[in-house]
Amino acid sequence: MANQAIIVGAGQAPAFHLAEEPHHPEGHSTALGFWLYLMSDCLIFAILFAVFAVLGGNFAAGPAPKDLFDLNLVALNTAMLLLSSITFGFAMLSMARQRKGATLAWLAVTGLFGLAFLSIELYEFHHMIHLGATPQRSAFLSAFFTLVGTHGLHVTFGTIWLVTLMVQIGRFGLIPANRRRMTCLSMFWHFLDVIWIGVFTIVYLMGMLR
Amino acid sequence: MTVASTSQSILFGKLSLSSLPLNEAIVVWTFVVVAIGAVAVLAALTYFRLWGYLWREWFTSVDHKKIGVMYMVLGIIMLLRGFADAVMMRLQQAWAFNGSEGYLNAHHYDQIFTAHGVIMIFFVAMPLVTGLMNYVVPLQIGARDVSFPFLNNFSFWMTAAGAVLVMMSLFIGEFAQTGWLAYPPLSGIDGSPGVGVDYYIWALQIAGVGTTLSGINLICTIIKMRAPGMDMMKMPVFTWTSLCTNVLIVATFPVLTAVLVLLSLDRYVGTNFFTSDLGGNPMMYVNLIWIWGHPEVYILVLPAFGIFSEVTSTFTGKRLFGYTSMVYATVVITILSYLVWLHHFFTMGSGASVNSFFGITTMIISIPTGAKMFNWLFTMYRGRIRFEAPMMWTMAFMLTFVIGGMTGVLLAVPPADFVLHNSLFLVAHFHNVIIGGVLYGLFAGMIYWWPKAFGFRLHPLLGKFSFWFWVIGFWFAFMPLYILGLMGVTRRLRVFDDPSHQIWFLIAGFGAFLIFLGIVCFLLQIAYSIWKRNELRDETGDPWDGRTLEWATSSPPPAYNFAFTPVVHDNDAWSDMKKRGYARPLTGYRPIHMPRNTGAGVILAGISLALGFALIWHIWWLVAVSFVGLIVTAIAHTFNYNRDYYIPAEEVTRTEEERTRALAAAGV
Repeated sequence: MANQAIIVGAGQAPAFHLAEEPHHPEGHSTALGFWLYLMSDCLIFAILFAVFAVLGGNFAAGPAPKDLFDLNLVALNTAMLLLSSITFGFAMLSMARQRKGATLAWLAVTGLFGLAFLSIELYEFHHMIHLGATPQRSAFLSAFFTLVGTHGLHVTFGTIWLVTLMVQIGRFGLIPANRRRMTCLSMFWHFLDVIWIGVFTIVYLMGMLR
Repeated sequence: MTVASTSQSILFGKLSLSSLPLNEAIVVWTFVVVAIGAVAVLAALTYFRLWGYLWREWFTSVDHKKIGVMYMVLGIIMLLRGFADAVMMRLQQAWAFNGSEGYLNAHHYDQIFTAHGVIMIFFVAMPLVTGLMNYVVPLQIGARDVSFPFLNNFSFWMTAAGAVLVMMSLFIGEFAQTGWLAYPPLSGIDGSPGVGVDYYIWALQIAGVGTTLSGINLICTIIKMRAPGMDMMKMPVFTWTSLCTNVLIVATFPVLTAVLVLLSLDRYVGTNFFTSDLGGNPMMYVNLIWIWGHPEVYILVLPAFGIFSEVTSTFTGKRLFGYTSMVYATVVITILSYLVWLHHFFTMGSGASVNSFFGITTMIISIPTGAKMFNWLFTMYRGRIRFEAPMMWTMAFMLTFVIGGMTGVLLAVPPADFVLHNSLFLVAHFHNVIIGGVLYGLFAGMIYWWPKAFGFRLHPLLGKFSFWFWVIGFWFAFMPLYILGLMGVTRRLRVFDDPSHQIWFLIAGFGAFLIFLGIVCFLLQIAYSIWKRNELRDETGDPWDGRTLEWATSSPPPAYNFAFTPVVHDNDAWSDMKKRGYARPLTGYRPIHMPRNTGAGVILAGISLALGFALIWHIWWLVAVSFVGLIVTAIAHTFNYNRDYYIPAEEVTRTEEERTRALAAAGV
């Protein structure tokens, strides 16, 4: 719109309005809007990371990362989430080829990886709480559970969204509105992946060095 | 008065009959008056059968203009509440001398100063600023609506739901007694076991969702929806300042959301983020909340700067002096506003080097602000100034704000701040800039754009009465606080020992009375102008000889804003069109694509309100029900793909021909 140059010929009265309605494709701002939303969400994570960075060493004579973290389990968990990002990429490729069945199938696989990730995370939390490492035990654990848990909540909402979108694609097909939603969900899903890489590095790997 | 009740019922959580502040006579009488008023309004709406109209035309509307007006109504109503709190404080402080306890007990007084700050910032200034941006920005950029019209409606209702929660706290339970930023450990569960801080948290969280989404919405609108030809450096200054404000909103409100989540976890789950125990660190909270809090004051004042720019240029009949420098000054302020937060707590142990850094960044902000001041002055220089009310507010702002800014630079010097921090000097300073900057700007903007929104002007004389009462009242109310602050009186005190201070509080109280008259005149001005609307009618759509696109369409504008999308060639597009003899097209109308109304925003915000209330009172079944309800409703809304429609060309023709007739009748 703004980038459409308005050329006025010499001697001609300048045009002060468009005679035809400009074409505003529906959802033409959605990608930008969703990016902005993701950045605002990213700030929430930035705060949680900052809090973990400041409070992450305050064990209050309680358990420390070395007593709690099982890096093999976390590696497995990370693999689940990374694989889910790849399969979401396959879903997007199928969508680009207008293959509804394949898109739905890849989405289902993505959802299963997401659920696997959540199950492993819940098992880890359960195990830690069982050991007495509750969120109330120390500032380190408060920050740990909040940061990792907020990420987990995002994955949970992403999974609910994914199921909803599968129903919508199943019912209405790969119509433009649904393709737009797929783009947003895919950005959301990869975003969570990026955040997880930060969690894996800063919370788990660097935590083991503390 | 609610103290932490140990008994909790499954059905009502912590809520019981003893939660009602029945022993506080002032609150009970307030409730009686409010209840009578509310019943009268509801009865009138029912009697005149207005519910259907309100629901169809306003509550569910996705029209940015109607949403803008609803924001303004919310802001003005909450201004009355916030001002009532202010008057009660002034009365208490003028009274409680020579052994007198005044008329407010500590529990009540502490809630009042907290509520005053929270309401004035979150539920007066924010809705009024957002309302004006919502109304004006799409018109200024020649758009038909915002990028996400449903989201806009939802944002408004979330803000309103937050305001409702704050109002409920007056009659059910209590509000926070912590000061407006609720520092822990006082706001922790040990320091504040009651529900007051929980009201604070959930009111801000619910309203904050609305604010963040509306920020994203307006950024997209400004980036994506500008009329052809309007590149960034041809945007009206108000649109520029709105863009910067919304960037700040999106870049700071998530910080507030996060820090309040952490505080609620401390209170609800027993985590140790901000406790003084088990490794917690209250200073984390103070840092984080001011990383949001300082940019917040620029979120409020930047749009006001934009309004002053539009008003100065219109009422001097000149292009704004130094448009480019004005834009760059705005952007510089936007960036610098992130680098100063620590000046809010110089005394809390950061050390000399850190304090110096933040003291210097704070002082640097006065440079772009000063540049703006000179731009306005040079715009006025050799202009033909028309002293209409918006221009008077602008000139009062220039005087008042410069003095507030200078006391700000004074406070930015860390050694001076060690003497003056937490004193009434500080209170006087921030009222000086917020009233003198934000509020004066909002008044200028409301009067300036009122004829656009409603098709008639506000009565000028009553507006001038309101102006003079406000401006004189402001000096009486706040200059004594500077003096008291220099004498060492700290803020938030309820009773005083030194009788020599009383005279200053009496003068400040007199100032509050003058401001009260200013508010009365403002309300009278609105009521009288509505009554005499036919005499104040403006058919031209351009009563002030305006310069930007919003004045190119009718007043009030039709739902679609512009029959044809305007094309922009220059800054001050409408001025350019008038100068070059633009003739309004009378034929060739096309169908116009518009978004459809939806009730989803009201419903989602209503459920959020129930969720907030349930969380405050620990009514866990209602928490579960409303949370599930929220998700199900949101999902159900996504199954509605039918979100737009076309206004047929015949209807556009009919509307535009009506305007042609009205213009002819008015002799334009």
